[in-house]
Amino acid sequence: MDVAQLAQQLRSILGSRAVISEREQLRTYECDGLTGYRVVPSLVVLPETAEQVQTVVRLCNQHSIPFVARGSGTGLSGGALPIEQGVLIVLTRMRRILEVDLPNQRVVVEPGVINLWVTQEVASAGYYYAPDPSSQLVCSIGGNVAENSGGAHCLKYGFTTNHVTGLEVVLPDGELIQLGGKAPDAPGYDLIGTIVGSEGTLGIVTKITLKVLRKPETVRTLLAAYPTTDEAGATVSDIIAAGIVPAAAEMMDALAIEAAEAAVHAGYPGDAGALLIVELDGPAAEVEHQFERVVAMCRQNGATQIRIAADDEERVLMWKGRKSAFAAVGRISPDYYVQDGVIPRTELPEVLRKIATLGVERGVRVANVFHAGDGNLHPLVLYDGEEEGAAERAERAAGEILDICLEHGGSITGEHGVGEDKKKYMPRMFTEDDLRTMQLLRCAFDPAGLCNPGKIFPTPRLCGEVPGHHRTHPVEAAGLADRF
Amino acid sequence: MRATPQVGTEGFQRIVGLEHVRAATPEDAIHGVQPALVVAPGSVGEISAVLKLASELGLAVAPRGAGTHLHLGAPPERLDVIVSTRHLERVLEYNPGDLVVKVEAGVPLGALQEVLAVSGQMLALDPPDGRATLGGIIATDASGPLRLRYGTVRDLLIGVTVVLADGTIARAGGKVVKNVAGYDLAKLFTGALGTLGVIAEATFRLHPLPDATRTVVVQVDTPGDAGRLVADLAASTLMPSAAELRWDDPAGPGQVLVVFEGIAPGVEAQAATLLEIAHPHGTAHIPDAGREQALWDQLRLPADFREGEACFKLSYPSADLEIVISAVLEEAQRRKILVRCSAHAATGVAYVGIREQDSVALPELVDAWRAMLAVHDGSVVVLRAPADVKPALQVWGPTGDALALMRRLKQQFDPGRMLNPGRFVGGI
Repeated sequence: MDVAQLAQQLRSILGSRAVISEREQLRTYECDGLTGYRVVPSLVVLPETAEQVQTVVRLCNQHSIPFVARGSGTGLSGGALPIEQGVLIVLTRMRRILEVDLPNQRVVVEPGVINLWVTQEVASAGYYYAPDPSSQLVCSIGGNVAENSGGAHCLKYGFTTNHVTGLEVVLPDGELIQLGGKAPDAPGYDLIGTIVGSEGTLGIVTKITLKVLRKPETVRTLLAAYPTTDEAGATVSDIIAAGIVPAAAEMMDALAIEAAEAAVHAGYPGDAGALLIVELDGPAAEVEHQFERVVAMCRQNGATQIRIAADDEERVLMWKGRKSAFAAVGRISPDYYVQDGVIPRTELPEVLRKIATLGVERGVRVANVFHAGDGNLHPLVLYDGEEEGAAERAERAAGEILDICLEHGGSITGEHGVGEDKKKYMPRMFTEDDLRTMQLLRCAFDPAGLCNPGKIFPTPRLCGEVPGHHRTHPVEAAGLADRF
Repeated sequence: MRATPQVGTEGFQRIVGLEHVRAATPEDAIHGVQPALVVAPGSVGEISAVLKLASELGLAVAPRGAGTHLHLGAPPERLDVIVSTRHLERVLEYNPGDLVVKVEAGVPLGALQEVLAVSGQMLALDPPDGRATLGGIIATDASGPLRLRYGTVRDLLIGVTVVLADGTIARAGGKVVKNVAGYDLAKLFTGALGTLGVIAEATFRLHPLPDATRTVVVQVDTPGDAGRLVADLAASTLMPSAAELRWDDPAGPGQVLVVFEGIAPGVEAQAATLLEIAHPHGTAHIPDAGREQALWDQLRLPADFREGEACFKLSYPSADLEIVISAVLEEAQRRKILVRCSAHAATGVAYVGIREQDSVALPELVDAWRAMLAVHDGSVVVLRAPADVKPALQVWGPTGDALALMRRLKQQFDPGRMLNPGRFVGGI
C-alpha cells in the first residue's frame, strides 16, 4: 500500500480533519525544537482518542510503515524528527485534563496537555506539578514522558520519571495496555520506569497519571553575583557540604548574563563574571534558618552582590532571565548550538576551564548556563551561520564538550535526550554490549522496528524474530541495518 | 540437555577458585527446592564467566545476597546453582561532594550506611533488615518508612552493571544523577527478582543525614481517625519523612507515628504543628528523646519480618487508608482471627501479618482483599506464607494486561529461562 492509499483509509476512519497530506502543510512538522534537522513526513495524523492512535498504529503495522509520535515539538534532540516514508502521529488534539484527585495527589491527563496547565489546574488548591522544563509554557506532558524532562527544580524533586505513577500506552504493535495508576508498587517489571525517557521508541502514551505536590510553606530565592564562576561553584559546594538540598541552584557566566539582560531586562548586575540563583523551599522554620546560612556562604565565597527576592514578583523576575537564557543568546549571536552535558558536580571548576580553553582554541564563543546543583551544563556555542564553516566548527566544539564531560565521568545528555542529534555519541559513553542489551528491551517492545526507528542508537538493528510474515525491512533493504 | 551440577563443579572452581564453590546444604533451599552448588564470584568478570558456564550447561541459577528476602516470590521451577554476591562487598567510588556512591552488589546496607555516616550522608533506603545487600534490595524493591519522603529504589538508583544469563556485562545509567542517555535499565531491573540478570554493581544518589529528628505519636480509636489524620497531614505544608500506622489488635486502638527530619528548629516547629492537626483525631504526644529510639526500632520492623507469620503487602491509592484498614480489621474480627496491620500510611502501602495457626483462612482472606483492592486499582502480594498454602495463594495476584509484554522481556533477556525460573509474576 502506498501512502496515498493509507491517507485515504485514515480519512475514512478518522475524518478528513485528522489527516494532513498536502506538502505545504506537512512542512509545518518537518522539525522539532532542534531545527538543524528537517525531514518532511509522508503523512501527518492528528488523532483525538487512544482508539484512534491504535487504529493508526495498527494500519502502520499492517503495511510496515514506520511512525513517529510528536507532542508540541519543542524537543531539543530531534526525537520527534519525522521519517520521510513514515507517518507522524501528532498528539496535540488529545489535551484534556481527565481527572483531578487531590486527596491522592494525582492528576490524570492526555498526552497533549501542556506542562504548565497541570500546575494551573491545581494551584488554587495549593498544589503544583514539580518538573518544570524551561519550555513549560508550551511543551506537552506526552513529550515530557518521552524525554524524561527535568527542569531547574529537579535537583530536589526529581524528573518526570519520579512523578509519573500510571500510563496508558499504545504499544508499537497497536495493543493498548494500562500500567500502574494511583496505587504504588504494582507487581511485575517497572514498565513505567522503562517507558519514561525512552524517547518515543517503545510506544505512544495516551493517558498519564501524574503526582502533584503540596506547595511548600515557604520559598526563598537569592541571586548572588561573583567575579568568576569559581567562587559561585565553591558556594554551591559549601551548600551541599552543609547538608542543605536547595530546590534549585542555577548558574550563568558573563556571556549568558549579557544575553539574558539584553533580552528580558531582569536587572542582573551587568559587570558580574558569574551569577548564582539559589532557591530553598519547605517548612518556614527550616527554610529561614538555612537561608541565612546560604547567604553567609555566598558572602564568604566573595559574592560582590546578593539580592534576596522580597516577594513573588521579584522571584519571578530573577527566574525569568534564567529561563529565557537560551532564546536570549539570539540577541548576541545570529546562531547558536545548545549543548546538554552532565558532570559530577565537583568537577565543575575544571570542566569550565577546559571549555573556556576549547573555545579559545576553536575560535568559538561559548556562553554557559547550567544547573549547578546537579552538574548539568548547557554550554551555548555561538556562531554565525552566514560565515563559511562556522556551523561545522560550532558543532565540532559542542561535540568536544561532550568528550570533556565523559572524561570527567559524566553523561552526553542530562535532559534533552539522545534523539537524532546525539546517537553518534552513544558509543563514546556505552560499550557495544551495553547498547546490544538496550536493544533487547527495544525488541521486546517493538520487534518490527517501526516505532520511531533510527533514534537513540547509532546503528539501527533489527530484531531476530519478527512475528508474522517475514518481510525485508525498508531499513535493511537500504543496507542501513543488520538483523541479529 | 541439562547437565548435572556435579559436571559443572570443576568448571566453576576454575573460575572463582576452589574455596568459593561449595555443595549446597538444606539451608540453601529456596521454598524447599534444593540447589546443588553455591558459587561465590569475586568480580563482575567472574559473575559473567559463572553465568556463561551455567548457561552452557543448562543450569538454573538463583542470585542471592544476604538471603533476607528469599521468602519473596513463588517456588522456583528448578534450581541448580546459587550465585552468591557475598564476596562482592567493596565500595567502589564515593565522593561525598557529589552525593553519589558506587558499590558492588554484595555490600550490606548497614555497612554502607556506616561508611556514609562518617561524611554526614546516608542512602535513604530503610528496608526492614539492614543486613540486606544492595543487590538484593534492588532485586526485591525493598523499602521502608522513609519512602514517604525519599521514594523507593527506583528514585535513588542512578546506574547499574548487570550480567545477563549468557554472561554479557552491560552498564546503564551512570554516576551522575541527571542523565537521560539510553534506556533506563536500572528501573527495569529494580524489583525484577533476578529474573532478567544478576545485578553486579549499583550507583545511588545520597542525601544528607538529618541533624535532628522528632517523632510524634498519635493514638487513634478507629481506622477512620487514622485516615482523617493522615489526610490532614498530607494536605498540610508539613514535610514528614515517614508516617507509619501500627494496628496490632483489631479490637484495640491504633497508633500513627510521624517522623520529621531536618534541623532542630525545623523539626520542633513541625512537630508542634502536627500536635494541633492531630487534636481532633486522637491523643498525640511527643515522646522524649530516650523513648524515640525504641519507637524507631519498632518502626523498622513491619509485619513481614516476624518469623512464623504469614505476611501480605497491600497497595492502594493512599487516600483509601481508612477503607483498606477497616476492611482488613473487620474481616479478621468476623472470622475471629488475630491480624497485625502496619502501613506506610501516606503512601498507600500496608502490611498484614497473620499467625500460623490461622493459615487455613488465608485463601479466602486473600481473595476477599484482592476483590476489594481490584476496585481501588491496587494489589495484594504474598510476602511470606507457610509452604503448604503459599502455592494456592497466587503470590503476585493478577498482573493486568501487560503480562504478555513482560514475558517478551524475559524471553529477550533470558531466553533459556535459567534465572529464577517460575518465581516472578505470571510464572516468569
